[in-house]
Amino acid sequence: MSRLYMKGNEAVVEGALRAGVEGFFGYPITPASEIIETFAEKYFADREREKRGEKPLYPKFRVFMQMESEIASINAVMGGAAAGCRVMTASSSPGISLKQEGISYIAACELPCVIVNIMRGGPGLGSIQPEQGDYFQAVKGGGHGDYKLIVFAPNSVQEMAEHTMLLFNLTDKYRNPGMLLADGYLGQMKESMEFPEVPIEEYDKPWAITGMGEREKQNTIEFLFLTPEPMVEAKKRLLEKYKKIEANEVRYEAYKVDDAKILVTAFGTPSRVAKAAVDLAREKGIKVGLVRPITLWPFPYKIYRDLVTHQIDRVLVVELSFGQFVEDVRLGVEGKAEVKLYPRFGGIVPTEEEVLEKIMELA
Amino acid sequence: MKTEIIIAGFGGQGVLFLGDLIAYAAVKEGRYVTWVPSYGPESRGGTCNCQVIYADRPIGSPAIAQPDILIVFNKPSLEKFLPRLKRGGVLFYDNFLVKERPEREGVKIIGVPAFQLSKMGNMAMLGAFLAVTKEISPETIYQILEEKLKGPKAKFIPINKKAIEDGMKYIQKQGDQDATN
Repeated sequence: MSRLYMKGNEAVVEGALRAGVEGFFGYPITPASEIIETFAEKYFADREREKRGEKPLYPKFRVFMQMESEIASINAVMGGAAAGCRVMTASSSPGISLKQEGISYIAACELPCVIVNIMRGGPGLGSIQPEQGDYFQAVKGGGHGDYKLIVFAPNSVQEMAEHTMLLFNLTDKYRNPGMLLADGYLGQMKESMEFPEVPIEEYDKPWAITGMGEREKQNTIEFLFLTPEPMVEAKKRLLEKYKKIEANEVRYEAYKVDDAKILVTAFGTPSRVAKAAVDLAREKGIKVGLVRPITLWPFPYKIYRDLVTHQIDRVLVVELSFGQFVEDVRLGVEGKAEVKLYPRFGGIVPTEEEVLEKIMELA
Repeated sequence: MKTEIIIAGFGGQGVLFLGDLIAYAAVKEGRYVTWVPSYGPESRGGTCNCQVIYADRPIGSPAIAQPDILIVFNKPSLEKFLPRLKRGGVLFYDNFLVKERPEREGVKIIGVPAFQLSKMGNMAMLGAFLAVTKEISPETIYQILEEKLKGPKAKFIPINKKAIEDGMKYIQKQGDQDATN
């Protein structure tokens, strides 16, 4: 297999194009800017090909727009998704905050789309260095109302592509928006990779607003109910869907947990550091393993519950924020093990040795 | 085997490109590789760095605490990173741009007047790096230059190659003369 070498942000674009993305709408921001730049490059190269009478490389990718703001971008995504197209936007933390109203509306209208958040330091304008402080915003709902995004947390450049492709499949399958949640390191890092094999699934969208056509009644999409009964029905439908996703789409990686007494858990870049630290601790004879959630919603509560029920009594949580992810770990652990938090924030990723030290303190 | 390299200098000296070239060459030679740039406003003249790791197994942290190799093109970068260089590590520095000889025990110090040897000082330094470490084949680098510089840019291949060769020759001529400790 041929080995590639590219930036995380470029891998997102490559994954999206292979998944048949039809429209991209965005506004640049560090450290996510290479996503819009790469989309622009690919889009205009295809238009040049057409001018020369050649076939475009990505015939489905027909709309690229640098919008006037993040708010405009998310609303353009709403329109494109309502028309039944595979569409996406990308930004970084402050830009994602601006998109929240649109994200809530998109979730309400059950419109499939992919939103990429290459997290930087917050709150406010914060910094451009990597953090994971948008965890709550992504998995607990950053906009108003009861809703859920399908959230993937890649930890390599290869997964930046793979998870983007998976998100296009799953968001269409469940008619629900999804988010790729990666820290700044993953966007900016270049890494050796192999292109993942993800079969592209296509779903009929009979609900899409595509004009009357042969229909007897015009399709409309709305989520405003002035009386309770239809609202109750609509929300029941959402709840049923969320339960189905929770039952079917949990993904995680478990590493060296079989005989482990101590568990380290992390997502994104810290999970790579933690994995290397687990190897270092194993060399010292410490029985330690790693659980890395791949989907942050639905969250893999069960693997934590199972592990602490039978063998593990100490859990170390490593995250690039004050302690957000740790709350979901605690929900999974249900008080059956000691949970210790190792938070790093401000843009510094802990070293393998530092995580090893924290493991040793627990051992 | 895992090699961790930090390359630092002023924005515009080709620091990121040098790291990227080493990283890409290591990918071509079948290794696992990560490359992380500092991505602030450095491109407008501040100090700028990148971290390159190549290894024969998957890489954990892409961030480097203590590099095996440090390549620097200015004094602020030298002061920032030299204390972090691993014992037994190698320092490459531009000894024309950094006038005072760096002081540090237990490391190999190699001064190369890279930007005197060539306008493309980053490529001259690459030559020195290749000659000293012998971990990456110059042929792989030349192959990448030919891949990246195509069409009207192809005319830049010979001067890049020459800069790399000048760097290698400088090391062959000097031997370990400038390398002490």
